[in-house]
Amino acid sequence: MSMELLEKTGIPTDDMIRSAFPPVERINRGRVAVAECYQNIPCNPCQSSCGFSAITVGEDINNTPKVTFDKCVGCGACLTKCPGLAIMLVDGRNEDCIEFSIPYELLPLPEVGETVDALDRSGEYVTEAEVTQVLNQKGFDRTPIVRFRVPREHLYTVRNIRLRRGS
Amino acid sequence: MIKTELLIIGAGPAGLCAAISAAEAGTEVLVVERSPRIGGQLIKQTHMFFGSERQYASTRGIDIAGILMDKLTKYGDRVRILTETTVLGIYEDGMVTALHREDDYFKIRPNAIVVATGASEKALAFPNNDLPGIYGAGAVQTLMNVYGVKPGDRVLMVGAGNIGLIVSYQLMQAGVEVAAILDAAPKIGGYLVHAAKVRRMGVPIMTSHTVKAAMGKDSLEQVVICMVDDRFRPIEGTEQTIDCDVCCISVGLTPLGELLAMAGCEMKYIPQLSGTVPMRNADYQTTVPNIFAAGDVTGIEEASSAMVEGYLAGLCAAKHTGHTHTEYENKRADYIAQLSQLRGGPVGKRILDGIAQQLN
Amino acid sequence: MRIEEHPILTFNRGNKISFIFDGQRMTGYEGETIAAALHANGVRVLAHSPEKHRPRGFYCAIGNCSSCMMVVDGVPNVKTCITELREGMVVETQKGKGKII
Repeated sequence: MSMELLEKTGIPTDDMIRSAFPPVERINRGRVAVAECYQNIPCNPCQSSCGFSAITVGEDINNTPKVTFDKCVGCGACLTKCPGLAIMLVDGRNEDCIEFSIPYELLPLPEVGETVDALDRSGEYVTEAEVTQVLNQKGFDRTPIVRFRVPREHLYTVRNIRLRRGS
Repeated sequence: MIKTELLIIGAGPAGLCAAISAAEAGTEVLVVERSPRIGGQLIKQTHMFFGSERQYASTRGIDIAGILMDKLTKYGDRVRILTETTVLGIYEDGMVTALHREDDYFKIRPNAIVVATGASEKALAFPNNDLPGIYGAGAVQTLMNVYGVKPGDRVLMVGAGNIGLIVSYQLMQAGVEVAAILDAAPKIGGYLVHAAKVRRMGVPIMTSHTVKAAMGKDSLEQVVICMVDDRFRPIEGTEQTIDCDVCCISVGLTPLGELLAMAGCEMKYIPQLSGTVPMRNADYQTTVPNIFAAGDVTGIEEASSAMVEGYLAGLCAAKHTGHTHTEYENKRADYIAQLSQLRGGPVGKRILDGIAQQLN
Repeated sequence: MRIEEHPILTFNRGNKISFIFDGQRMTGYEGETIAAALHANGVRVLAHSPEKHRPRGFYCAIGNCSSCMMVVDGVPNVKTCITELREGMVVETQKGKGKII
């Protein structure tokens, strides 16, 4: 797996992205974590935040995390704990669309039902998204989670949102 | 004159942890800090820290400062903190001089010292680099995250190390536009998760690019950037002009070791540690036996390492003053193990190469 | 220039403080540095260099680089990035090295 593009631009290659994703069958069963953490850095809160032992970093905290997709229940605890905000959830239970859950630390927060721009990993517009849920419990420690839906074909492309109202 | 068992210079992550550690061992501690606020760079770090639970991973830097202060207040009178106080010199006879605000000079006579003065941001040479609006990235972070003041409307970030990437993200959180992040190196130096995070917010990261010149009358209005070749020479014809009222310089930090040098500690220029650093042993003791050092002044690393170094130096300095912690051996071994874990990955390799030249 | 709403931070600003900058009355908050208060008031030029009279702003904000030195209450070379604002302070743009007695 070549790190070159990511190291040059901050954008991972398609191969890297797909290697972080669970099989489509698992996605279709419901929410599951995708950890886009490709570099060996000293960090392991994803592992310690998981109540289901679904994420393993191991003894050496410089290892990259491994998600055991069948153990992951899609609770999203790791989303607000990852200091790199590198984890999201995908959910393919609806056959037409994918629901993403991403950490979103900007103001204003979107509202449920709001139409927003869905962006790819370079921040470019991909498609329209509908916000389905906004979670901001105290335990999230100021890292809210935004859930939004996009057409299924954008599973490997969409990674962020941008509000349409003036920021 | 103030007498103290242990003087700690600097109340950043390393200094505060050294104070906690030494006070826990029973040492009477005086902490002296140049700025009006305690916490050093922690007080502006709104992001969650990396590392493991032992180094408060997943906790925001701003909250770590509070956690450390709470720990310190537990020791009551044993710990004294003087803010807005700059240490001016450490003399051969062990006397320390300090200045509080503008005109209150006084002496401190400590039995031992932990120097935890941290680092300062490097500048970058280009025409008009002194225009107001061209600021250190850390300075901008202080302005917006400590004082709640926006540095401007549109920022060009120079440097794609962790500070450049993190401050770019924080600028956007404060509602400031980031035009681009440049780095002369062909690769992003900071953590790639930070890079990916700002990139997917639409900020271009332009590696192999540098600043050619800044322009503006009384303050910054435009920056001309260009590509560089593999030997960092500007490539003719690749110039672009970027409109911005702020340009953040984030091209690395350099250790603030002047006091150590003045005190007669043996110093050495070690590129892997980003500058001139004190020679030291495994206990973070310098070549002057009663002077210890911890944090960025011993070599530039992450704040997580600075905290562990502070705990270790504080523990060992306490022992030097005659206060050996009941758990001394276990604690010392634990801190050393934590440090080697933090430095265990590819990013830490450079640091370890540097430390190999620093240990005596 | 002041941030009113922030996703992570809450700014608990101190009491309002009135100060004078180059003869002009300005407002800052208790607990902030002179340089921060000036920046919030849109002042970015803090001094002029001794020889070429080039405008100077702050650079490091940790009291290290000396780029932010101003005349405060008649005292030159005050590092305004680490000096807290106080009620009634008279702050002036420093031109050159400043007179030391």
